[in-house]
Amino acid sequence: MSAEHGAGDPAPDPVPGPTAMPGPGAGSGEPVTITVCPDGPLLVRGGYELLDGDDRPIDPGRATVALCRCGASSIKPFCDGSHKRARFRAR
Amino acid sequence: MRQPQPRGPLGEDLLAVLREEPGTPGAEARAAALPAAARAAVSRAAGVLGDDDVQLSLFVLHALHYQGVDGVDDRWESDPELLRAREVLSGALEAQLRAELPADTVPGTPQSVADALFAMAAEDDGPSLARHLSGRADDEQAREFLQLKSVYQLMEGDPHTWGIPRLSGRAKAGLIEIQVDEYGGGSASRMHSALFAAGMREAGLDDSYGSAVDRVPAEWLAGVNTVTMFGLHRRLRGAVVGHLAMYEMTSSVPSRFLARGFHRLGLPAAAAFYDEHVEADAAHEQIAARDMAGGLVVEDPAVAADVFFGARCVLHLDALAARHALARWEAGESALRPATAEPSRRGAAELVR
Repeated sequence: MSAEHGAGDPAPDPVPGPTAMPGPGAGSGEPVTITVCPDGPLLVRGGYELLDGDDRPIDPGRATVALCRCGASSIKPFCDGSHKRARFRAR
Repeated sequence: MRQPQPRGPLGEDLLAVLREEPGTPGAEARAAALPAAARAAVSRAAGVLGDDDVQLSLFVLHALHYQGVDGVDDRWESDPELLRAREVLSGALEAQLRAELPADTVPGTPQSVADALFAMAAEDDGPSLARHLSGRADDEQAREFLQLKSVYQLMEGDPHTWGIPRLSGRAKAGLIEIQVDEYGGGSASRMHSALFAAGMREAGLDDSYGSAVDRVPAEWLAGVNTVTMFGLHRRLRGAVVGHLAMYEMTSSVPSRFLARGFHRLGLPAAAAFYDEHVEADAAHEQIAARDMAGGLVVEDPAVAADVFFGARCVLHLDALAARHALARWEAGESALRPATAEPSRRGAAELVR
């Protein structure tokens, strides 16, 4: 129990907040695999850690994450499916 | 869920049976008549997809396998006569879908399966509810949309979960990878069904499962009944996989439009539900197409054609539901069925009877 919570407080569910956290598998020693999806994103699984340009962790929000490869996503670094409308082609 | 109102003779008979205690002579006699009543309802229907009596009755029969119906004995779930009636209705639903959808040539490698499914999604020219919600829908239409969607979204993921024990290897791992995310990675408040419930509460709507069923027309129940039918039959494991694949593949881009619409209407919790789906489903569609659907086609070729059947059902039924709502809204009408009598008054009347 952390100092912020009284003994009778229910433990809060971990809800994604403004504080970034490392990837769920980070530090697990699990091998990282990156699948190059034809005409689509990079699918990343395993013990990865996602960092921004200032080395700050980015919360991936889920264990397996799709990273934009076409440049058209509005939620970069994540994929939002825009490669389809952009007719991105790379096998 | 609350007991819904029947929409015809079959629903009347079914709900009357369900209010009885299983095993009593009266209940058994009434239950034994249900398969014939189901066949009669199918014969009366011009097509079962849009038939309210058939779809509502099948929805209630399916609800017995999920979280049950208020005031209904759990033993009815496995009553042989009810199962027979359910098979009559779902058999007619499957037959109509197979008759209306073209058969696909099945490719042989996971990547070619993914390519074929992405091409099927890209060629789809069904009407877009998401675009309407994005820029045009008013506050009332947005609330109607949430109620129409709630019959699926408040149990999001559940029908496909029945596929897990029926799969193996890469397809099973892919399905689980997606479902873990649907269920919030183990956090109750991050489950997609919980995010949708928060959006309903924000819009002033009842977020308990099935609260909107009486207002939801057959064309919308048909989509939920179809995926439940896939989930409940091992024979249809290919279709449940294809259904989830196409569901994910047609989600991320429309979800972006829907998030924009709900932000515009000042409903940030509903918008957050769709924002989550933009990001989640962009990953899920890749897993679903290649690992899950592609994996199954290679591992279990006997059901490969059904992967494409299940995928086509998503596009077909989404278009049916969207056409229905858009036609009503364009005519200046509600897309919901008219509100029925107060459930509390109905309950009191039954006590007197």
